[in-house]
Amino acid sequence: MSLRVENLRVYYRTLRGNVQALDGVTFRLEDGEIMGVAGESGCGKTTLSKSLIRLDGRMQYIEGSVELDGARLPVDKQEEMNNFRYTEVSIIPQYAMSAMMPIRRIGRMISELLQSRGYDYQTILPELRRRIELVGLPENVLDRYPIELSGGMKQRMVLVISTLLNPSLLIADEVTSALDVSTQKAVAEALVEFRDREFVKSMIVVTHDISLVYQIADTIMVMYAGKLAEKASTEVIVESPLHPYTQLLISSLPEVGVRYADKQLGGIPGSPPQLLNPPKGCRFRDRCPLAFDKCVEEPPFVEVAPGHSVACWKVN
Amino acid sequence: MLKLDRIWKTYKVGAFGNKELTAVRDVSFDVGPGEVVSLIGESGSGKTTIGRMVLRLNSVSRGKILFDGTDISTIGRGQLKEYYRKVQGVFQDPFSSYNPIFKADRVFYMIKDQYFPRVKGSEWAERIDGALRDVRLDPAQVLNKFPHQLSGGQLQRMLIARALLLDIKILVADEIISMLDASTRIDVLNLLADLKARGLGILFVTHDLALGNYISTRTVILRKGVAVEMGETAKVFADPQHPYSKVLLGSVPQLHKKWSQVAAELKLDDTAAVEHCVYHDKFPGECGQPPTDPEQPPVVEYQPGHFVACAKEGREHLEDLLAAA
Amino acid sequence: MTDIKTTSGTDAVPAGPSGGAPATGAAAPPGSPPGTPSAAAAAPLPVRRRGEWLVFVLRNKKVIGGGGVVLAFLLFGLLSPLFLEHGPRDRFIPQERRAEAPSTDFWLGTTRFGEDVFTQLAYGVRSTFLVAVLAALIAAIIGMTVGFLAGYRGGFVDELLMMVTNVVLVLPVFIILVVVSSYANEIPAFDFNRLTQAVVIGLFSWPWVARAVRAQTLSLRSRDFVDLARLTGVGTLSIVRKEIAPNMGSYLVMVFVLLFAGAILFAAALDFLGLGPSGGMSLGLMLNFSREWSALHLGHWWWFIPPGVAITAITGAAYITNVGLDEVFNPKLREM
Repeated sequence: MSLRVENLRVYYRTLRGNVQALDGVTFRLEDGEIMGVAGESGCGKTTLSKSLIRLDGRMQYIEGSVELDGARLPVDKQEEMNNFRYTEVSIIPQYAMSAMMPIRRIGRMISELLQSRGYDYQTILPELRRRIELVGLPENVLDRYPIELSGGMKQRMVLVISTLLNPSLLIADEVTSALDVSTQKAVAEALVEFRDREFVKSMIVVTHDISLVYQIADTIMVMYAGKLAEKASTEVIVESPLHPYTQLLISSLPEVGVRYADKQLGGIPGSPPQLLNPPKGCRFRDRCPLAFDKCVEEPPFVEVAPGHSVACWKVN
Repeated sequence: MLKLDRIWKTYKVGAFGNKELTAVRDVSFDVGPGEVVSLIGESGSGKTTIGRMVLRLNSVSRGKILFDGTDISTIGRGQLKEYYRKVQGVFQDPFSSYNPIFKADRVFYMIKDQYFPRVKGSEWAERIDGALRDVRLDPAQVLNKFPHQLSGGQLQRMLIARALLLDIKILVADEIISMLDASTRIDVLNLLADLKARGLGILFVTHDLALGNYISTRTVILRKGVAVEMGETAKVFADPQHPYSKVLLGSVPQLHKKWSQVAAELKLDDTAAVEHCVYHDKFPGECGQPPTDPEQPPVVEYQPGHFVACAKEGREHLEDLLAAA
Repeated sequence: MTDIKTTSGTDAVPAGPSGGAPATGAAAPPGSPPGTPSAAAAAPLPVRRRGEWLVFVLRNKKVIGGGGVVLAFLLFGLLSPLFLEHGPRDRFIPQERRAEAPSTDFWLGTTRFGEDVFTQLAYGVRSTFLVAVLAALIAAIIGMTVGFLAGYRGGFVDELLMMVTNVVLVLPVFIILVVVSSYANEIPAFDFNRLTQAVVIGLFSWPWVARAVRAQTLSLRSRDFVDLARLTGVGTLSIVRKEIAPNMGSYLVMVFVLLFAGAILFAAALDFLGLGPSGGMSLGLMLNFSREWSALHLGHWWWFIPPGVAITAITGAAYITNVGLDEVFNPKLREM
C-alpha cells in the first residue's frame, strides 16, 4: 500500500475563525495508482494536495494521520517533512516554472537542487538526459533558461525534475489547466508514461476538469465542500456514479462528440456552503434534489461496492 | 448584421517599430440575428483580438467591420457611442470587470448616466429589476452589494443584464464562463441560448471546443490569426477537414471516449489523410504557398457552408505535436 | 429580430429552457431552509467586507505603534509651544544656569547661550512637521499628476514625461539642494524660510512617485472594468478620475508617508550642515548649533540627544507605519 490518509483535517485560519477547507478525509492510494481528485473551486482539493507536502502559513493542521509506504508522514511538522519532500513525496504546482529562478540555467538549477538534498548531479545526469528525451524535450534544454520554454515544455520539464529521485508519491496540482488543449494532452500522457515506467509509484492528479482525469486516471475521487463525496474507478465515476453531486456534475458538462441541437444540459442550482461555519450534516444537502430528513446527519463515507465509496444516505 | 470583411491586425514591434507582428490575418465571417458564432482557438490565435476589434477596443489594421452596412472601424466618438448602444461585450474575468471599490450595481447606473440621463430613478430601478430577472437573478440578492460579495456567475449575469439595458443586437462574449465552476457555467451558457432564441447575435470567443459545440450555430477555428476552418458547428465538428482542426479535436479530453479511440476515429495516425489539403484541391498549387493572386480568398468552400484554409499551418502544428509526443 | 430591450415587466422572463435548467438560476437555492448562507455569503473563502481594512489597521501593531509615535510628536509640536513663555532663540536664562544638565526647572537642560532646550525641541518638532508635510504634499501632487498622465495616455506623452522624470531622478538631489540652499541664503530678496525650504525639497522628491504611480496606472488601465467603462462611452479623463484614481487611495497614503519621512531627513540634513534657513528653529538646526559649539566634547549631551532622538523616532515610526500599512492594504502580507 502506497498512501493511507486517515481522517485528515486542515483548516485555514482567518480573522473570523477557521475555514474548514479539508474536513476529515480518509482514503487509500494503491501502488501504481493514478488517482484524479476532482471538484469545484473551494472543495478542498488544493488544500489536500498541499497538506500532503507543505502547509502554507495560514493552514493549520487539526488532526488525522498520513502513512506513506508504511511509515508515518509527519504532515504536521514542517521541519521533519523536509526529509520526505522531493525524495518521497513530490509536487508539481500549477505554475511551477514561473516560480523558478529566471536567471539560472535549468541544468544549474537542478544541480543546486540535488546538492541541497545531498545528491550528486553528475551521477544523476545520464538518467536526467534519458528522461528529458522521454518527454520529448530537446537535449539542450538544460542549457536554457526557464523563460525560453513554452508552457507545455515547462510543465514537462518540471515533471522530470520533480520525479528525478523516483519519489513514491507525486502530486500534480492543476498541471494542465493553464495549457492549450493540444499541449495539455502531451503533458497528461507524460504523467501516465512516468507511472508506467515506475519513476513514481503512485500519483494524485488534482484538477477541476473531470474529462482530463477520465483520460489518464485509474480512480477518481470527487470532493465537495471540504469532504469526500465519492471515490471509485474512473469508469464507474463517469458512467455510473452514485452520489447525486457526481451525477449532476457529470451531466452538466458539455462534450465535443455530442450534438446539442435541441437538448439542454442543466447545472446545479445554488452554490457550495460557506466553510467558515459549514452547516451540520451533508454539505450538499441544500442543492441536492434527493435530500431528505436524514441528511441533517452527516453521511459516512462508506464502501458500497469493492473500490467504490460514497458519502450519501440515499446510497447507503 | 455584423460582417467582418477580410480584417487584419498587425502590431509594430522592435526598437524602431521596424518589425511587424500579425495577430489577425485576413479573417472574414458574419454574425446574424439569433445566431451564435464561436471563435475557437488556443492562446495566440487572435480570437480575443477579433472580439476587441469588434468592440472597437483595438483598432483594425486592414479590412472592414460592417455593422448594418456601416464600417465601424472608422467612425468618430459620437457614432461610436451609438454603436455601443447596439453592440456590447462581456469579458473573461468577472472580478476584474468590476471596479472593486464600488458596488457592483454601479455598472447599471453608468449606463443610465451615459444613455438614459432623463429616465427617472424609479423607472430605471424597475428596468434594472427587469433585466436582472431576464438573466435569472434575484434583484434582492445582487443589488447593493460589492463585487467580492457576489459569485463569479452572478457577476457575469449582471454584466449580461447591463448589456440588456441597452438596445443590443450583438453581444461579444469573450471567454465569459471559463473562470466559472462547472456546475454554474452551464446555466450561463443556457442563458446565452435563450438570448439567441430572442434574436440576439452572439460572438462567443472561447478556447473550449466543448462549449463552442454546445452553444454555437457556426464555428470559426483560428490558429495564429488565421481562420483555418469555419462553417456550421455540426459540420465542422463531425467532419473536420483542416489538420489543425483534427489535431485540436483529437486533443480535447472527452468524458466518455478515451483519446486513443478519438484518434482512431479521426484517423490521426494516417498522415496522408490528415495532411490532405482541401484548399489546394480547388486552387492547385504547392500546399503552404500563399495564394499568388491577392484576390484569392483565404478559405475555400469545401462543402456548402463549410470553409477550409490551406493545410500548411495545420501540418506544421502536427509536426510540432509529433515531435513532442 | 426580436427586440432585446428590457423594459418594465412587458418583457416577461423568456420561455423557459426545455431542459432542466433551473428557472431561478445559480443565485437562489430553491427551497433552501431559512438561515442557510445566502449566495453572496457562500463564497468558498470568507467574504471580505467593506471597511474590513479598518479592522486590519487596528489589529496591526506596526500601524498603531508607528502611527501613534508620529501622532504623539505631531501633538507635541502643535500644542506644547502654546504653553511656553519664551521663544526657541530667547536667551532668557541667567548666566549661572547656562549649559546646565536637565533639571526640574529646565526639563531638557539649557544651552550655553541661555536658551531652553525643551523649548527649542518643541518649536523644532513643529517646524520639522511643517516642512515635511508641505514638501510631501508638493511632491505627491507633482508625482501623481505626472504618473497618471504618463500611465493612462501612454505613447508620446508617456515618453516625454518619463524622460523628464528620469532626468530629475538621476540628478544628485542632495548636492543640488545644498547648492540651492546655500544660494538661497545669500540672496536677500529671496525670503528663504521654512516654507520655501519645503518647496525646494518637494520639487526634487517626486520622480519615484511619478514612476510608481505610472506603473500602478498601467496595470489598472489593463483591467477589464476600464474597458467596460469605454464600452459605456465614458471619456478618458472621467475614466482616470472615476475608475482608476479611487483604486489607488491606499497606495497614495503610503506614498505620502514615505515622502514625509524622506523630507524630514532631507530638511534635518540640510539644517545640520547649516544650509537651511537661518531663522527660527528646527531639529536639524539644534544639531547644527550643538556641533558648532562643541557640545559633544564638552559633554553637553542634552543639547544634541533630544533632537537626534526626535528625528530618528519620527522617521523610524513613519517607515514602520508604512510597512504596517503595506500589510493592511496588501492581503498577501496580512497576518492572519
